[in-house]
Amino acid sequence: MAESTDATVEEKNVSSDAVSVDTDGFGDSAASEDVVLDVKDLQTHFTTRWGTVKAVDGVSYHVKRGETLGIVGESGSGKSVTALSLMRLVPSPPGKIVGGEVILGGRNLLDLSEGQMTQVRGGEISIILQDPMQALNPVFSIENQVGEAIKIHQKLKGQALWEKVVDSLQKVRIPAPATRAKDYPHQLSGGMRQRVVGAIGISSAPAVIIADEPTTSLDVTIQAAYLRLLRQIQQEEGVGIVFITHDFGIVAKMCDRVAVMYAGRIVEVADVRTIFNEPLHEYTKALISSVPKLEEKTGRLPQIEGQPPLLYNLPPGDAFAPRSTLTFTVEDATRRPPLIEVEPNHWVQLSKSSVGDYDKYAHMMPAEDEVED
Amino acid sequence: MTTASTSTIISDAPGVNPNSDAIISIRNLRKWYQIGGGFMGFGDKDYLKAVDDVSFDIERNKTFGLVGESGCGKTTTLKLLLGLEKPTAGNIYYEGEDVATMSKAGKTEFRRSVQAVFQDPWSSLNPRMRVRSIVGEPLEIATTMTKGQIATRVSDLLSETGLNPYQANLYPHEFSGGQRQRIGIARALALNPKVIALDEPVSALDVSIRAQIMNLLVDLQEEHGLAYLLVAHNLATVRYMCHDMAVMYLGVVQESGETEAIFNNPMHIYTNALVSAALPSHPDIEREEFLLPGEVVSPINPPPGDVFMTRTPLEVDPDHKWANERPPLVEKEPGHWVVETPWSMAADAGLKVELKGHEGV
Repeated sequence: MAESTDATVEEKNVSSDAVSVDTDGFGDSAASEDVVLDVKDLQTHFTTRWGTVKAVDGVSYHVKRGETLGIVGESGSGKSVTALSLMRLVPSPPGKIVGGEVILGGRNLLDLSEGQMTQVRGGEISIILQDPMQALNPVFSIENQVGEAIKIHQKLKGQALWEKVVDSLQKVRIPAPATRAKDYPHQLSGGMRQRVVGAIGISSAPAVIIADEPTTSLDVTIQAAYLRLLRQIQQEEGVGIVFITHDFGIVAKMCDRVAVMYAGRIVEVADVRTIFNEPLHEYTKALISSVPKLEEKTGRLPQIEGQPPLLYNLPPGDAFAPRSTLTFTVEDATRRPPLIEVEPNHWVQLSKSSVGDYDKYAHMMPAEDEVED
Repeated sequence: MTTASTSTIISDAPGVNPNSDAIISIRNLRKWYQIGGGFMGFGDKDYLKAVDDVSFDIERNKTFGLVGESGCGKTTTLKLLLGLEKPTAGNIYYEGEDVATMSKAGKTEFRRSVQAVFQDPWSSLNPRMRVRSIVGEPLEIATTMTKGQIATRVSDLLSETGLNPYQANLYPHEFSGGQRQRIGIARALALNPKVIALDEPVSALDVSIRAQIMNLLVDLQEEHGLAYLLVAHNLATVRYMCHDMAVMYLGVVQESGETEAIFNNPMHIYTNALVSAALPSHPDIEREEFLLPGEVVSPINPPPGDVFMTRTPLEVDPDHKWANERPPLVEKEPGHWVVETPWSMAADAGLKVELKGHEGV
């Protein structure tokens, strides 16, 4: 689609009411009341001696009340930096949030002062990190650490604070919470520690919890119990969860909607069944099919060739195209493919090199000059 | 508990005598770490029983998988095979010969024939060595090859593992995780081994790279007739890679046999718990998930009887023989062994997990 002919322009005009072409995000779908977190065109860059790393390069998504949005990607895809950007925890320098909006509770978190942000962190939005041993301070008791967040956000003290601490531990199903509250992190097992981190996370009834691979360091049976617990808490509290993972098994089990990230950008968004049953982007397809299945003995696994790209040297166009099994077209080498809602609530980064059904959706492609880069 | 009280318990499964057809035959292997207790050499000592009476065979040209949760002893078993730990008791037979009583030449041959690939490709390669030295080092040490011959062999190994021979002069940090794991595999192949111990070889890699490495391992196995010992916690990886497997809990094998036999009909409650907790491959798959009561108990002075009895949802009769004595593996169907006690069988607890695909596969 190098040149837009009259025919395609006309076709686009005809269809512009029916299909939405949104180059920077999710347009009006995010206007609904239920949306608790709305991220628009977020960009986080790191300055390194090799050049600027666009770790998050125009990412947009929203999370509704009681919904779990899965963000899937490999290391270096920008999924964790996205989470840190929401919390404004990107180390600066070298990192910097250079653009976009993070709307939570009617305001843009990126406009808040550092003092206001401290109130938001752990209050309206909290994060559960991968390693519970690093998230907890070894020299403070569980009571102290769970109580700290409650003290800051709810201004409780004395008996009321104690009761709230025990209540939070009870919510994450820690047996004998009043006794456990007096323990120190090293006295608890890995699964219990991760529950304590969860208790801190939910203690101030946040609207959104960001779970950044919270179960990767846990054993399978502990993981299953923890995931089940997160689900229960979500149903009780109605909290929206952003679940960051590289594991499609967790996605299948936990998520309502999925955003697949590659090289700092979202390449596909849809509800979880659509992602598994009718993925459109070659990267999504390849990721799902390259994972061995527990349920059956599979033949030789299809594998994705090549390596993930280096972020300081990204091609200007479709970053996945060099690894795609489809033909790499000249246009895709130079033109950044737009994220388009090709089916209702199914968005894909549309390019000839990475989407097999490109021809079916080609008419939705905006003309070259309409795409901002 | 003392050594004497348990050393009399010898499980006869899968066969007391080494299997001479298998390339590796492990019998009644134990690794106990003394961690205190006793007084000046007298009295009862405390032992951490990392591996306690483990027996299995690795067949030629096949992959044997060891699964279990952290602390179950699977990695210690792998280290024992590699000679990185000395067994407290038990034997490792290589091609029917006991490694402990081998001649010096025999031991050298054994060490050359059993190589390893480790989990973390970032810490298992020396950052100060070039790839050609890393891959060539085993050849320099264990063979009489000349420099030129080594260089040729390194080039061949690199191309065989999917790397470019031109990359031999680079350092490990110049490679991505998947490529580093290929370097580790090339090093393991250098001495033409017959067995490679794989310690979680893909779990530290990116999802899109895992299939590449698993397929490479499968291809190399076919080409060179290699046998693998695969230690993994991901059951789907085990089902994809392994011909035979054993499920370990607290240093003891609870169920073992052909991989497909176990996945099609998991008999032990613990195996069923692991399978039910494993993540589904599709959102429409809803497996009934059951959680074992309690948490993994400490391997320090485990119960003298069945180690699983503190985790079973069924009632345990404290006077039962197997509550006081280690129960053996029983062959319930051809090639499928399980520790059978009144409280260990999933069928008795009504906890049978059936693995179904989302389209009723």
